[in-house]
Amino acid sequence: MARLHERERTPREREGSPWTGLGAVLAKEMADHLTSARMFILEILIVLTAVGTVYAALQGIRSGGQTKFLFLRLFTTAREPLPAFIGFLGFLVPLIAIAMAFDAINDEFNRRTISRVLAQPIYRDALLMGKFLAGLFTLAVVFSAIWLLIFGLGILGLGVPPTGEETARALWFLLVTIFYGGIWMSLAMTYSIIFRSPATAALASIATWLFFTVFWDMVVGLVVRLFQPAQVFSLEQALQLAQLELNLARFSPNTLFAEATIILLRPSVRSLGIVLPIQLDRALLGSPLPLSQSLVLIWPHLTGLIAVTILLFVVGYVLFQRREIRA
Amino acid sequence: MSETVIETRNLTKKYGDFVAVDNLNLRIQKGEVFGLLGPNGAGKTTTLLMLLGLSEPTAGEVRVLGLDPARQPLSVKARVGYLPDQIGFYDDLTARENLIYIAKLNGIPRHEIPGRVDDVLARVGLSDVADHRVRTFSRGMRQRLGLADVLIKRPQLIIMDEPTQGLDPELAQQFLRMIRDLKEEEITILISSHLLDQVQAVCDRVGLFHRGRMVLEGTVPELGRKVLGGAYRIRLRARGKEDAILEALQSLPGAVRAQRAASDLYEIEAESDVRSEAAAAVVKAGGKLFALDIEAQNLNDIYARYFEEVKHGPVA
Ligand SMILES: Nc1ncnc2c1ncn2[C@@H]1O[C@H](COP(=O)(O)OP(=O)(O)O)[C@@H](O)[C@H]1O
Ligand SMILES: [Mg+2]
Repeated sequence: MARLHERERTPREREGSPWTGLGAVLAKEMADHLTSARMFILEILIVLTAVGTVYAALQGIRSGGQTKFLFLRLFTTAREPLPAFIGFLGFLVPLIAIAMAFDAINDEFNRRTISRVLAQPIYRDALLMGKFLAGLFTLAVVFSAIWLLIFGLGILGLGVPPTGEETARALWFLLVTIFYGGIWMSLAMTYSIIFRSPATAALASIATWLFFTVFWDMVVGLVVRLFQPAQVFSLEQALQLAQLELNLARFSPNTLFAEATIILLRPSVRSLGIVLPIQLDRALLGSPLPLSQSLVLIWPHLTGLIAVTILLFVVGYVLFQRREIRA
Repeated sequence: MSETVIETRNLTKKYGDFVAVDNLNLRIQKGEVFGLLGPNGAGKTTTLLMLLGLSEPTAGEVRVLGLDPARQPLSVKARVGYLPDQIGFYDDLTARENLIYIAKLNGIPRHEIPGRVDDVLARVGLSDVADHRVRTFSRGMRQRLGLADVLIKRPQLIIMDEPTQGLDPELAQQFLRMIRDLKEEEITILISSHLLDQVQAVCDRVGLFHRGRMVLEGTVPELGRKVLGGAYRIRLRARGKEDAILEALQSLPGAVRAQRAASDLYEIEAESDVRSEAAAAVVKAGGKLFALDIEAQNLNDIYARYFEEVKHGPVA
């Protein structure tokens, strides 16, 4: 409780750059991630998932007779009993991101390395940022490798190279996936500052993820019902309610990721949300959207994911700056 | 001539209403080994954290090597080595890897790092286990690695918090000797400890802490004189005419008191080390000298006596 009174005065002009030492932290943390047993297990898991789903998807694609965007279908084609690769990504990405960050800071306290590290000429900023970026880069390395693997399997299985458009869309999807991981990573890292015990931080991260995965839809449903008028209501009102429901659902990073994924990987999906028959006139259903138009559609999603990541990081940053370093 | 390395003026740290450090005025000169001593919870660690800029003072001023740790933390931490109490390492990395990380954080040029790492490992006697994981290290080895970790940045000032805690007496003495050797290199050293008698031998000067206040400060003999009166206690064994010997000892210049403790055992309290004079006096009085030794000042006694006096004496 006394910690509440522990308040660093607003830093006056601070000497030097807050990023002094960032490179050293980044290099060490990335080496830790890439050699850790934890990461090895996760990598095996995701490679198996990729190979399994892509193999199944290849069979589906061969028998399906479709000819357009075959490589993108590798990600999205489900074949009983396996869901599509993107279905797995929805929980593999948060799992990996959380696994990399839930003990980022509290472990330094528990090992009593924090005071030794912060007694070196660096700011806390560099330690926190270094750890975050190391996690993000590791995520980028792992998923880039997976993407290459999938494309490799695709070339072997389909016998044709991917088109430029497919490659571009897959790269954007890779970017969105990494940012989606960024959210969960900065959440887990913030919990690792709040909770002294890594187990508690991991649990809190998983609980938050479960909340958005399982319960958020229910919460949205309840809220929407509150707004529903008791009397018979007009089409206009129904539309408004549907829009409200959609907007609320988008508070969940899972929704943002799912929508962005669909737009990027299914070029024929031309709109997000409610499509009225009248709008269909203008857009022939099934004619694919150019990449630039798809990007316009998901731009808010992308910025939303990044904004939330930054917000969570800032919360953790402020808490960490105020924390007394007494190991 | 002598430069001030650490200076604090009315340095105060409060946790809510609790005053952990109370108006501390401290001045440590270059090349000194200063002992910040006192029981657990006296405020020693809090003081050290403020010197390093790891904790913000509630009031007062700090200058370390002429710098303000709150405003120029990077400059201060680049020049000051800190050995925290219960030091931790990355257990999965080797001793060498741990040191390389610290060297990089200090911005030591890449090509210098391997040489410096080998240097400091050799100095603390860990060259043989440089590539072993720290997980396998004993408490004593960890402490020496901690010293290597501090030395790698070639500090002008080293701050150590409870450096002998958890070491057995022999290892503790060995570690203190290492610390003492650093003095040769003009490195200023500040040691905090609650084991008063253990570290007193390596300290040029000590400050005794009690409930956030520094109650006594000076060299050990100075404090002994101030608190215990006669500062030197000399014991000798001699045979011969008892009255003559006692009289000779009592009339020694500098002797405050001399008495016979047992048949051939004499005790002298003196203001200075009068061992050779005492030996001469015994021989002159026709006695035979068998043993002579001086009882070192004991900080524990000084500390205990001081608080007895504070409690019972006229001064509050
Ligand atoms: N974050 C904190 N909040 C409240 N009290 C604290 C905090 N840190 C230390 N203290 C109190 O300050 C006092 C001095 O602690 P410390 O400097 O660690 O003592 P020492 O190092 O001499 O054993 C102790 O009584 C301790 O309980
Ligand atoms: Mg302490």
